[in-house]
Amino acid sequence: MLKMATEFENMTDVRTAKMSAKDVHVFYGDTHAVKGISLDLHQDEVTALIGPSGCGKSTFLRCLNRMNDTVTTCRVEGTITLDGENIYDPKIDVVQLRARVGMVFQKPNPFPKSIYDNVAYGPRIHGLAQHRTDLDEIVTTALEKAGLWNEVKDRLDSPGTALSGGQQQRLCIARAIAVNPEVILMDEPCSALDPIATAKVEALIDELKGRYAIAIVTHSMQQAARVSQKTAFFHLGDLVEHGDTTEIFTAPKEERTRDYITGRFG
Amino acid sequence: MTSTAIFLSLILLALVAFALTRQKALVSAGGDPAKLHSLPRHYGYFASACVILPGLLAFSIWLIFGKSIIEGLILAGLPENVYQEGVDNAALVLNRIRLAIENTVAVEKDPDILAAAQRFNDLYIKGLWATFALSISFGLVGLYLAANRTQPDFRARNKFERILLIALAISSVLAVATTLGIVGSLLFESLRFFQEVSLVEFVFGLHWSPQTALRADQVASAGAFGAVPLFAGTLLISLIAMSVAGPIGLLAAIYLTQYASVRMRKVAKPVLEILAGVPTVVYGFFAALTVAPMFRDMGIVLGLDIASESALAAGLVMGIMIIPFVSSLSDDAITAVPKSLKDGSLALGATPSETIKQVVLPAALPGIVGAFLLAVSRAVGETMIVVMAAGMQPKLTANPLEAVTTVTVQIVALLTGDQEFDSAKTLSAFALGLALFVSTMALNVVALKIVRKYREVYD
Repeated sequence: MLKMATEFENMTDVRTAKMSAKDVHVFYGDTHAVKGISLDLHQDEVTALIGPSGCGKSTFLRCLNRMNDTVTTCRVEGTITLDGENIYDPKIDVVQLRARVGMVFQKPNPFPKSIYDNVAYGPRIHGLAQHRTDLDEIVTTALEKAGLWNEVKDRLDSPGTALSGGQQQRLCIARAIAVNPEVILMDEPCSALDPIATAKVEALIDELKGRYAIAIVTHSMQQAARVSQKTAFFHLGDLVEHGDTTEIFTAPKEERTRDYITGRFG
Repeated sequence: MTSTAIFLSLILLALVAFALTRQKALVSAGGDPAKLHSLPRHYGYFASACVILPGLLAFSIWLIFGKSIIEGLILAGLPENVYQEGVDNAALVLNRIRLAIENTVAVEKDPDILAAAQRFNDLYIKGLWATFALSISFGLVGLYLAANRTQPDFRARNKFERILLIALAISSVLAVATTLGIVGSLLFESLRFFQEVSLVEFVFGLHWSPQTALRADQVASAGAFGAVPLFAGTLLISLIAMSVAGPIGLLAAIYLTQYASVRMRKVAKPVLEILAGVPTVVYGFFAALTVAPMFRDMGIVLGLDIASESALAAGLVMGIMIIPFVSSLSDDAITAVPKSLKDGSLALGATPSETIKQVVLPAALPGIVGAFLLAVSRAVGETMIVVMAAGMQPKLTANPLEAVTTVTVQIVALLTGDQEFDSAKTLSAFALGLALFVSTMALNVVALKIVRKYREVYD
């Protein structure tokens, strides 16, 4: 297993990154929240972003699908590319971008609609299904991939908000993968869930990594160690260190990383 | 001695009581406030309350019963040729006495009445002095008792808080009781009306002509109290108003919450709220003097026959009046939708417009419906604009170009000018008022229920 990971590492230089951030700065008004971060996300890989609260990891994550556009005081500098295209290029349609780069939020946020409509929402607005049967299939597949199908198949018409917290979060993941994205961003997806629900979502992330490039922000060291292949440690808006998860957790190069991982601050 | 003087001396006494007991409390604790159960001022407050409340009680007994006791005494003392017990001229005699007291010019010649007036004055002044003595002695007793209890372990704060609590409860009871009283009188007078006119005629009758004969021999219309034309007129005007205010208010709210820049919002919201503060009578003459004639002239150009007082003009201006109402309530409903829902939709690649239509508005819908219902209930109860611009004809029509009349307009018409309170004509105003009250209350209850239910989902 470890050997395989090393082989993987050797390959990364030749692989082209799915998403690549170069010298990204983010400002909220006068606050310099993210200070020159360069980071690559690769296909078939989970990248964990860790660091103490307020270190800019969520802000950075939200740059990757331009969700920061909804914050009026927010300004982003630097380049972020998706398959080589700069996503902050004025020619880029942000709606298209977000269809390709999906997002799962900290707090489960199902729409006040039925379970079916929650998942069908994205495919409908993007016109992914011509007929009802196609749509049914997309919804079924998404729910199956999210590991929720068996729990909800008999009550697709009941409201998504009536599910438990963990189910709601998996519904949100199903909703995100229903539009067939290439990258999935997860902003502390388990922080509002109990340990059992967390375990289910983690297992799900593990399964999904074969198909998508995944970036996950987490406050749990164990979670980062369990689900990710790459880890990036943020501190006060800087990217202190990033590399293989096993390496970061066993032999961090930076002292700040070591202190954070061992729980000395944060 | 006047009532004001009594009042002022009570307050003075209360201040003295405050200072005294506060000092006494401190002394009783040996000058160390920490040894007292409550702060020294709490002892003071408690003593003040002990002075004021019994004093006010004595004073209010005088206010409520004093006058009638004196009147009773005076009447009993009058000789039989002026006033006889059991004969119903007490009010008349008392009125003459009152005039004799107030009038500096001697109009009253009857020596008995003049004597009675003199006696009344004497008694009144005596009564005031008695009240003064009573209030002050009540206050002093209160002060004595409070001072007696001023010991370090006396829970003055708790006692005083209890008194405050009771005062608060009484205030709220008064507010509710007054409202209930108004509703009760409305009901009572309506019942009198329905003894003369059947409920069926009132609710289903198609003809409204409240003019009744005043005397038996008078040749006049017998009066018809079918309220349907009034309700129809109210409905028509409210409908026109809502079809103006509903879309404009809602779209304004959507723009202000979703698209407007912070600066635009900062300007537009207060302006809309100012619009809500324009007195309705101003809208009223705007409707009557500007909008209605404009429609009439437009009608002439188009070859349409538009009355110079039309439902359309009144409804339109009323709609403008309730735009701020709809927009600010819808604004609240839309802003209450959690940002996470909006973000969730945007993150799926939905456009802002898709997000608003499919996620934000459905989530805010109950609040918006509530806003609309509240706006309708305002439109139904609105008076000034329709009085000035809708006309007086109780006509049963769906044509907005004609003059119609509404429930509120008829109430105004029935109760302005000379009236007698035992005719069906006047009493019908109460029945109309009751109908209006019931319908707007039902609307408000439903609206608030919907709004509340919606709040529960997101909090």
